[in-house]
Amino acid sequence: MIKRNLPYALLVGLLLLAGIAQILHRHWVYDVPLLPGDAQTIWSVEAKVEFDANGEPVKVRLATPDSQPGFMVLRDSGASPGYGLSFVPDDHPGAEWTKRSAEGKQSLFYRVDVLESDAHDLMDESAPPIITSSWPEPYASAVTQVVQQAYSTSADHFSLTRELLKAFNSDPRDQHVQLLVSQYRQRLPQLIVDMLNMAGVPSRVVYGLRLQDGRRQQTLLPYIRVWQGDNSQVFDVPLQERNPTLFDPTAPLLLWEQRGEPVIEVMGGENSQVRFSMIKREESAFGNVANRLSDEHDLLNFSIHSLPIEEQAMFKTILLIPIGALIVCLLRVLIGLKTSGTFMPVLIALAFIQTSLVTGLVGFLIIVATGLVIRGYLSHLNLLLVSRISATIITVIAIIGVFSVASYKFGLTEGLKITFFPMIILSWTIERMSILWEEEGWREVMTQGGGSLLTAVIAFWAMSNPLVRHLTFNFIGVQLVIMAVVLMLGTYTGYRLLELKRFVKLGKH
Amino acid sequence: MPSLSESLAGIGEMFGAYRSMSRQGVLGMNARNRLYIGRYNQRRLFPLVDNKLKTKQLAQQYEIAVPELIGVIDSQHQVSMLSKHLLGLESFVIKPAKGSGGKGILVIQGHDGDGWIKASGDRVTLQDVQRHVSNILAGLYSLGGAQDVAIIEHCIRFDDSLANYSFEGVPDIRVIVCRGFPVMAMTRLATRESDGKANLHQGAVGVGLSLKTGRAINGVMHGKLVQAHPDTLERLSELVIPQWDELLNLAAGCYEMTGLGYIGTDVVIDRDKGPMLLELNARPGLAIQMANGKGLLPGLRKIDALTDAELRRPAAQRVALSQQWFAD
Ligand SMILES: Nc1ncnc2c1ncn2[C@@H]1O[C@H](COP(=O)(O)OP(=O)(O)O)[C@@H](O)[C@H]1O
Ligand SMILES: [Mg+2]
Repeated sequence: MIKRNLPYALLVGLLLLAGIAQILHRHWVYDVPLLPGDAQTIWSVEAKVEFDANGEPVKVRLATPDSQPGFMVLRDSGASPGYGLSFVPDDHPGAEWTKRSAEGKQSLFYRVDVLESDAHDLMDESAPPIITSSWPEPYASAVTQVVQQAYSTSADHFSLTRELLKAFNSDPRDQHVQLLVSQYRQRLPQLIVDMLNMAGVPSRVVYGLRLQDGRRQQTLLPYIRVWQGDNSQVFDVPLQERNPTLFDPTAPLLLWEQRGEPVIEVMGGENSQVRFSMIKREESAFGNVANRLSDEHDLLNFSIHSLPIEEQAMFKTILLIPIGALIVCLLRVLIGLKTSGTFMPVLIALAFIQTSLVTGLVGFLIIVATGLVIRGYLSHLNLLLVSRISATIITVIAIIGVFSVASYKFGLTEGLKITFFPMIILSWTIERMSILWEEEGWREVMTQGGGSLLTAVIAFWAMSNPLVRHLTFNFIGVQLVIMAVVLMLGTYTGYRLLELKRFVKLGKH
Repeated sequence: MPSLSESLAGIGEMFGAYRSMSRQGVLGMNARNRLYIGRYNQRRLFPLVDNKLKTKQLAQQYEIAVPELIGVIDSQHQVSMLSKHLLGLESFVIKPAKGSGGKGILVIQGHDGDGWIKASGDRVTLQDVQRHVSNILAGLYSLGGAQDVAIIEHCIRFDDSLANYSFEGVPDIRVIVCRGFPVMAMTRLATRESDGKANLHQGAVGVGLSLKTGRAINGVMHGKLVQAHPDTLERLSELVIPQWDELLNLAAGCYEMTGLGYIGTDVVIDRDKGPMLLELNARPGLAIQMANGKGLLPGLRKIDALTDAELRRPAAQRVALSQQWFAD
């Protein structure tokens, strides 16, 4: 007995020790704070430039962001094997990659770390000069009409801009605006800037990125920046197509290109595109310095942070899964909660993180309830298992489609988030619940369904807790500690909490 | 919201319950899974008991009595030939090989013109039986809907002394056998509420049995003590299982047969042929402790500590030892 348990005890001890040591090391040596609060927020943004080279000398120029009110640029770097890279710090900051000859698909990376900061001395762009433009008729008179209308109902540059944008956003649109939209739809940002210039308002089209933790495959969006003296404000461009479930107007806006230059120029290639990934980190101010000094290949500083941002963003979620698994372990081994499908609640909790809790719960109940009704009909057909599950999967997708469309029609963009649910898992859940219903009755369905939901909610709570997210992402050691705890739970042979209730009479003899 | 002192009292009570349960030796789910199933039951042996057909064939090799096999239907085209199997049979049972919890078991107790009579008294036609077999083959009753085969076997005619203790169903006797030693036993009596099935959580009565005599100790229904069968009103304290020692010998012999060190054996008693093995369970439930009003652990710990010499004894000697150790 003891012989068999010795390696086990050693393993658990070692895992615990290594985990805690790694956490402390990162805390003391690299100054990563243990709590999320006492830190500054750093955003790492990675731009991935892709294009097809055609065998000639290649020169790629990517505009790069400057320090600006709200953000301080800490460091930037580029990576692309075989390319020469220089940062051109003249009045148009940018990264320039060059190569004598390249062929086929190329990927270039640029990464910048910016610190969220409200310091006042951050350099800001001053107002650009006014440029007068002219339009052919009938557009010229339409422009004059619309600008005059906005001018007469406003007091200063900013309210003028708001009035102008309101004219474009209103529904139904005024006929002059409609005329302009139909002609200039593709160049709307520039049209509005020109119209503002016409009214003597200095403004410019800028390109920016809303920073949302863990987002990948993002593109820059145009915004309109308007000056009044030394003050300036940034406005959304009207009539933009964007995914309402992902759009968060409160997320901080990083202006990437603010001088009216192109974001990307490629010579010697075609089909170029830039995609952005971003991730949020909390670090102490001193940690920034330390990180910059430490070289990236330090084994002891082993961390997810040496990966490209896109992968980091993925790991941020992946590293939370062990927390969910731990919760399931605790609830099943110590409490004795019954769930349908052991780790199904973790996947549901992951979906909740994306949908927000209430939307997620409502969506889950709607899908499963509707699914159960339809599955009830399928069971009359007496189908083979595989086709039955396939039919359920298709049904679930149909339900999700119908609810997305319906909720969008009613203007409930929340409803669109229903697509975040793992459909195959849901189908299996419906299948299992339906069999359970037939075999054991609705009571058992309620206990297992309720147990699963309760587990999912608790796992959601843990996985969305800022402290937990901070710890799992910044300290790999946490994973080792979780591993040790799970191994220990695996040897727990005491009673479960719910068994105390079930067997309490037996203790009373 | 409960006040702080109430919560503390609640927690105190919980610890009290925990302590008294562990003093009584109540076996919990975690301990069962890790210490008994995990330690004594090898994974590769599970298929022997998860398939009733395999169990039956194995039992015949080891000369353990089982209800006689009439036939096996393992493909859809054999369903039409069902009538050949059933020709001239007065009573029979059809069940899925991989079923559990009494699902999909059709008990026929009499012939009636061109149809049959079920245990409940309902009539069934050949078409009904064929549809039932088709459902079994499609996996309607087996775990996770896996494809299955249908077993046709002789119906047990149970001993008259037990007739008054069960409502529309054969009472079966569950014995927990650890490393070949019977540790605890109970019988499950079907009730009107349990719909002729002997599943405790569906409302059957569980009656703990003395290992020494086969006499009832204590009856429970839905976790509460009961004195009499709710439908037949027969007093449970009078219940004695006949041919008790033979029954225990049969249960103990299942250890050699399967090599599984922690099993629940389901045995029934046939009026003419005596105790017969119905099925084996490699993950037997914990409710038997409620029926006996005591925990399994004291007995199991005793078995844990046995020497190799004691473990090598033949079944009859093991049963005698068990009866001596666990008499109460
Ligand atoms: N051959 C049989 N003769 C009479 N009754 C039977 C027979 N086989 C099963 N039964 C009845 O069905 C119940 C369940 O049978 P069992 O083989 O243990 O299947 P399960 O795995 O579903 O519990 C038994 O308790 C008994 O009442
Ligand atoms: Mg059984």
